[in-house]
Amino acid sequence: MISLDIWMRENPLTYVWFGSYTFALIIFAIEIAMVIHKRKITLQQVRLMRNARDETREDAKEEDAA
Amino acid sequence: MKKFTMLDLLVLVIRRDLVLAMRRRADVFTTLIFFVMVASLFPLGVGPEPDMLRKMAAGVLWVAALLASMLSLGRLFSADYLDGTLEQMMLAPQSLSILVLGKMTAHWMVSGLPLVLMAPVLGLQFDMSAQAIGVLIIGLLLGTPILSMVGAIGAALTLGLRGGGVLLSLLVLPLCIPVLIFGTGAVEAVSSGLSIASHLSLLGALLVLALVFTPWVTAQALRISME
Amino acid sequence: MAINWFKYSAPTTFYGLAGKMIPWFAFFAAILFAIGLYIGFFVAPMDAQQGEFYRIMFIHVPASILSMFLYLIMAGYAALGLIFNTRLSAMMASAIAPTGALFALISLWTGALWGKPMWGAWWLWDARLTSELILLFLYLGFIALHASIEDPRRADRAAALLAIVGSVNVPIIYFSVTWWNTLHQGSTIKFSGTSMHIAMQQAMFTMLAACWLYAIAVVLARVRSIILERERNTAWVTQLPGIADLSEVKQ
Repeated sequence: MISLDIWMRENPLTYVWFGSYTFALIIFAIEIAMVIHKRKITLQQVRLMRNARDETREDAKEEDAA
Repeated sequence: MKKFTMLDLLVLVIRRDLVLAMRRRADVFTTLIFFVMVASLFPLGVGPEPDMLRKMAAGVLWVAALLASMLSLGRLFSADYLDGTLEQMMLAPQSLSILVLGKMTAHWMVSGLPLVLMAPVLGLQFDMSAQAIGVLIIGLLLGTPILSMVGAIGAALTLGLRGGGVLLSLLVLPLCIPVLIFGTGAVEAVSSGLSIASHLSLLGALLVLALVFTPWVTAQALRISME
Repeated sequence: MAINWFKYSAPTTFYGLAGKMIPWFAFFAAILFAIGLYIGFFVAPMDAQQGEFYRIMFIHVPASILSMFLYLIMAGYAALGLIFNTRLSAMMASAIAPTGALFALISLWTGALWGKPMWGAWWLWDARLTSELILLFLYLGFIALHASIEDPRRADRAAALLAIVGSVNVPIIYFSVTWWNTLHQGSTIKFSGTSMHIAMQQAMFTMLAACWLYAIAVVLARVRSIILERERNTAWVTQLPGIADLSEVKQ
């Protein structure tokens, strides 16, 4: 722990950058990735549901025709 | 026919819940034993020095009381919810807030009051002075009803959910922090020879606030959960 | 069909509007972050007492401010949703919560890193640090309650009530923690410069604006997904270009 203290005082800017700003940027990156992922999943889900509904409708039409 | 006043209703609900609790005495004792056990584990964890224990006593007892009161909160509405009584209560023409207040009071008498009565014994274990124990008791008397009332909101919100118990603690514990601070603060003040009036009056103010708002909020929460 | 459109008009129009606004907010957030970091690290001078370490402030203070304001905004939306039963406000409230919790986390982390060189300890039970921690707990409670209720309508309303109770409690908690803190220890080290350098102020406000824009962009993006998820059975969702494309290709 003492060596960390010395290192910290010798390289304050590195400490500030890697400690705080990199952490914040990683958090932001994770959050953005989560939001994009959620959008992808939701779109996929909605498409699947729509297709399923279309298919049942087509089946119903075919049955009517038959 | 006799007119049914709000006070009658309150007494009726309290009496009903107390009778039900007496039928299941084990639940009451579990809470109490948990309280004693948590408080007794601390000296084993941190060491037997009387000076340190005396300093920690108020905090340990308050945290143990906080955790013990979380234990029994899950049962506050769940039995009535499962057998359909709660639904009947909501359909009743009487105010749901008063019913809820009655249930809160009964819950406090069953799970809060025994802790208050048990606390002096544990205080002696921690070598607290008589004066400090007295203040601790007054603080607990004012504070544990707040824990029951704030906890009731959480119990109503998590009604019927899977893993409700842990979730309930997660929701309610942060809201109880002021009670913990003022309750332990009063004991600390009396130990260092300061006035306890400010802590206890703040605790009393919180109690009044909780008394006014939490029954109504809990009633709203029950309506949301029962829809 | 006309009734259906009318009923969902708010989320429908909002979905498109949010989609158009997100790139702008994200773009300006990135630019302001770059400017703020430049001013903060290259223009602002070193503080006489805190040396280079005070530069953590440019992310720490905006993150703390945002975490608190986002909680209030979230509770406001929750109250709107509960009182007027508007669907969009409940969705907004649940979209804000994760962003607020992450800002609280950033604020705690950077606070600890600032505390180490200044106080000599990663964590002190300083009133503001403690309140921030409790705020994080309140966010986590909101998210956990919302996640554990399956019926979205009940989840929205229960979480909204919790957010309102929490926002009433926030001042009481803050006051009690401050009170507790002054009992236990003397005043902690505060920012030494009685007059902040102008460049420091500029860097701080730029970063604050950047964080706001970023938060708005992320929340809007999240609320768009929530709208899609909740309204997937309505006509307008199935007619959206991105979704209609695929089925046309299939046909």
